[in-house]
Amino acid sequence: MSYSEALRGRYRADIDGIREAGLYKEERILHSAQAADVEVEFPAGSATRQAINMCANNYLGLSSHPEVIAAAHAGLDARGYGLSSVRFICGTQDIHRELENKLSAFLEVEDTILFGSCLDANAGIFEAVLNEQDILIADRLVHASIVDGMRLGKARQETYKHLDYAHLEEKLKESQDARTRMIVTDGVFSMDGDIADLGQICDLAEKYDAMVFVDDSHASGFLGKRGRGTHEHCGVLGRVDVITTTLGKALGGASGGCVSARKEIVELCRQRARPYLFSNSVPPVIAAGALRVLELLTASTERRDKLEGNTAFWRTRLQEIGLDVRPGTHPIAPVMLYNAKLAQDFARDLFLEGIFAVGFFFPVVAKGQARIRTQISAGHERHHLERAAAAFEKVGAKHGILGMGKKEIVEKYGL
Amino acid sequence: MTDVEQTILEFVRREYLDEDDDTEITEKTQLISSGIVDSFSMVSLKTFVERKYSIRIPDEKASAEAFDTVEGIAAVVREMTAK
Repeated sequence: MSYSEALRGRYRADIDGIREAGLYKEERILHSAQAADVEVEFPAGSATRQAINMCANNYLGLSSHPEVIAAAHAGLDARGYGLSSVRFICGTQDIHRELENKLSAFLEVEDTILFGSCLDANAGIFEAVLNEQDILIADRLVHASIVDGMRLGKARQETYKHLDYAHLEEKLKESQDARTRMIVTDGVFSMDGDIADLGQICDLAEKYDAMVFVDDSHASGFLGKRGRGTHEHCGVLGRVDVITTTLGKALGGASGGCVSARKEIVELCRQRARPYLFSNSVPPVIAAGALRVLELLTASTERRDKLEGNTAFWRTRLQEIGLDVRPGTHPIAPVMLYNAKLAQDFARDLFLEGIFAVGFFFPVVAKGQARIRTQISAGHERHHLERAAAAFEKVGAKHGILGMGKKEIVEKYGL
Repeated sequence: MTDVEQTILEFVRREYLDEDDDTEITEKTQLISSGIVDSFSMVSLKTFVERKYSIRIPDEKASAEAFDTVEGIAAVVREMTAK
């Protein structure tokens, strides 16, 4: 069928519908490397503006770290640009196995398999190891890629209320007819910065003979005293059966992900996981860069310690200013605004003050839960955070919400 | 309202509303399109009625449209129990 005018018109109408619903996503164009200071073109076609980046997943500031770049260059020279193959034909290099072994050692798990992304890892794992005799019991706010992965598999599905482990226990009691049960959670939930209580989850898993799955994308590299992740933070090293995580956030920020798990689970993924079997190997340049990242993080906790200090400083400053910051200790610090238009206006005004932060609203978060999600990095210096705080104070004052909680903001702006 | 609708309604209130949430829900309230139930956690609703009424609902009948109201879910339950 040709690409007819009628078909073009239908797609245009779909796009218009997205725009009219206020859900159209405009991309901001960076004219610089990813870092605390970035040069941003927004809207497209306008002059670029210097801004402090408060919305990157660059938690450890390694996205443009000179040693990581140098290692990536060396990897490019030594092992080439690409493999032109999936792993099981002729796409496995020594550095892929080395990275898998180093990730297993870092995360303290039995084995690891690399994927093109954590989304691919989540898309492949469930179908590879569970079937219709089994059940997945997931926190209701797990990442979209887990939802998709669960839907791709054959296992039955159940959900429990966000972080409500009494509710999880009810679901475990109700599902005792299943052959295998797997509790599914994010280690850290990306919109709120909430940290799952893996201690309680692992206790329940042992009581009801279930496996535990954790997507640790927003924790690997910095949560826990040595930065190993939520399982270290919660004191359950060795008790989590499956960890999926990304190389696209704290661990260098390029791309790539993995399943780090019991060795039989990893072996089954190598044989069955479709995103692994049918897409190219992680490029050598990324494998080499990620190896250097793990060396840096194993040698010193300096970067995660700095991130912890920056996060405490930022959260305290937001509270002093009188903004409604969602409580917690994670570098994801959401400034709650509740109203979607207010969140959009707030982000626009921050940008005019040289602060790059993005408003999130329904359907990315629940209705009436609009916010600016700030994310702190070890790449931030105190002067970045001071300047950002001054801008948040100025914009908060402009919108008259300083010192207000949810009730007052909703009364002023509505939901 | 039938017993089936009443049972499902009670489950929805217990399962999807917080204790301090006084949102009024009836058998005609749009659950998914209003954001009370999302398309992911809807699986818990499906699992509940399947277990409660000893039925299996095929995926094509457990659509977001069919499950958008308690009335709609009850209709699916009646159809499957009639078989």
